[in-house]
Amino acid sequence: MTKFLDGQEIAHQIEQKFPQAVVDAQPEFAMIEADKLIDVCTFLRDDDDLDFTFLNSLTAVDRLDTFEIVYHMTSMRLNHLGSIKTSTSEREKPVVPSVTFVWPGAHLQEREAYDLMGIVFDGHPDLRRIFLWEGFAGWPLRKDYLNMPGHMAGLERFPGEPGKKLEGRGNVDA
Amino acid sequence: MDGEKVIDAEMIIGYLHRSMEKLAEERTYTQNIPFTDRTDYLAAMTGNLAYVMAVEKLMEIDVPERAHWLRTIMAELQRFASHCMAAGTFANDCGTWQTPVMHMIRDREKILDLFEMACGARLTTNYMRIGGVSRDIPPEFLPAMATLLKELPDRVSEYEDLLLDNEIIIARSRGIAVLTAEEAIAYSLSGPMLRGSGVAWDLRKADPYAAYDKVEFDIAVGTNGDAYDRFAVRMAEMLQSLRILEQCADMITEGPIHARMSTSTVQPVGDPVAPLVIRPPEGEAYARIESPRGELGFYIVSDGGPAPYRFHIRAPSFINLTPLKKMTVGATIADAVVVLGSVDIVVGEVDR
Repeated sequence: MTKFLDGQEIAHQIEQKFPQAVVDAQPEFAMIEADKLIDVCTFLRDDDDLDFTFLNSLTAVDRLDTFEIVYHMTSMRLNHLGSIKTSTSEREKPVVPSVTFVWPGAHLQEREAYDLMGIVFDGHPDLRRIFLWEGFAGWPLRKDYLNMPGHMAGLERFPGEPGKKLEGRGNVDA
Repeated sequence: MDGEKVIDAEMIIGYLHRSMEKLAEERTYTQNIPFTDRTDYLAAMTGNLAYVMAVEKLMEIDVPERAHWLRTIMAELQRFASHCMAAGTFANDCGTWQTPVMHMIRDREKILDLFEMACGARLTTNYMRIGGVSRDIPPEFLPAMATLLKELPDRVSEYEDLLLDNEIIIARSRGIAVLTAEEAIAYSLSGPMLRGSGVAWDLRKADPYAAYDKVEFDIAVGTNGDAYDRFAVRMAEMLQSLRILEQCADMITEGPIHARMSTSTVQPVGDPVAPLVIRPPEGEAYARIESPRGELGFYIVSDGGPAPYRFHIRAPSFINLTPLKKMTVGATIADAVVVLGSVDIVVGEVDR
């Protein structure tokens, strides 16, 4: 049975090597400072106790005021799964270091996050749109895409259901 | 290209991009289950299963045992059907044209008849529900499956004899698209591509779900990491699927097929079903299964509302395409066809 490594345990191990790298540690994930991301990921991959050699999934979440990049990694030898996140609060042009040279499997997934969310991965060898065509304007998976008055994609979805609203972005009356 | 040799290869995808991840944010959790049919349309049951497992993990629901057995049966039938297409089209790419494919599709048709008996649909089955499965199998399902299990092993052995020792298939696929075990792990490959390179990693054994911890089967592992090994791994997995199905047919238990969830309604016949609107607690969950193509994972973030806040599909076909350029450059154009056939992509999953 694959053991899900507690985020706080991963954070503890990271802190011993990189003192200021961990911003937050929850049971589900450990939040890493974006500047130290590549060092931390190299450590996670090469350390014998953690041995996160396999990157399961790299994805991005739009949290309205920040963007979070979520990484799930597995160790096949030790059969455990862990998750780290990093975030950036820059909305116009979010930049995060690329982990392609740590885990080559991140190559296409970072291109997808760039294409759909607009997150620039610094250091990626070939960052361009992958699903949508060159010249497409906008970042579709963001919550404020298309800013149509009266309709916030994903947020005002069910009438009468309380949901998050972006302030001053063309909402219809609540 | 330089004559027949490939100098550079670029992958242009996105022609089937249907923005499922965005659409799913506006539909309830149960309404998103048909989306998962259509990502990997050749393996709809496993797609459904991965999604409902992610939501069940988020809500911490325990699924009843009979539902676990039904899920295992459907997933293994689906694996056999999907590998029929994958192996058959690979043989097609190697030059045997349509003959093996048509034989394998005929076997696949019998499995699709079973699916139609169980849930009414052949391809986009929409069978799994959050908390169980949608309906119980009719009484003629297990006898029909037993008849099928008597004849399929011989047919698979026939295919293995004809195809695996075939001079032309060996000449066209041995030594093509070689990936070592370290490269396969670094590129986040999964499924037969990873096992063909010698890494014995199968999520059904490493992280068992449904009823896989109760059945016995072997993992097929290749040695060289070339296209031939991946083909052989898929054929071997077909035989192992049949083995699992025989054990499931013997060990399946009676009982409810859906968990009793808070505010769930009870149908007149007495079986619980899911509530109309499900509101999982705030949080996130990542659940994965071994689909015929690799590790299919769903990362769901919930904000307590009726629709997911973030619905991400970790598509194995998409990620298995990462080393495509490395495998193709330096080979001839004829090999490029075989390389793509050995990756076994379903474009619906690549593009979502």
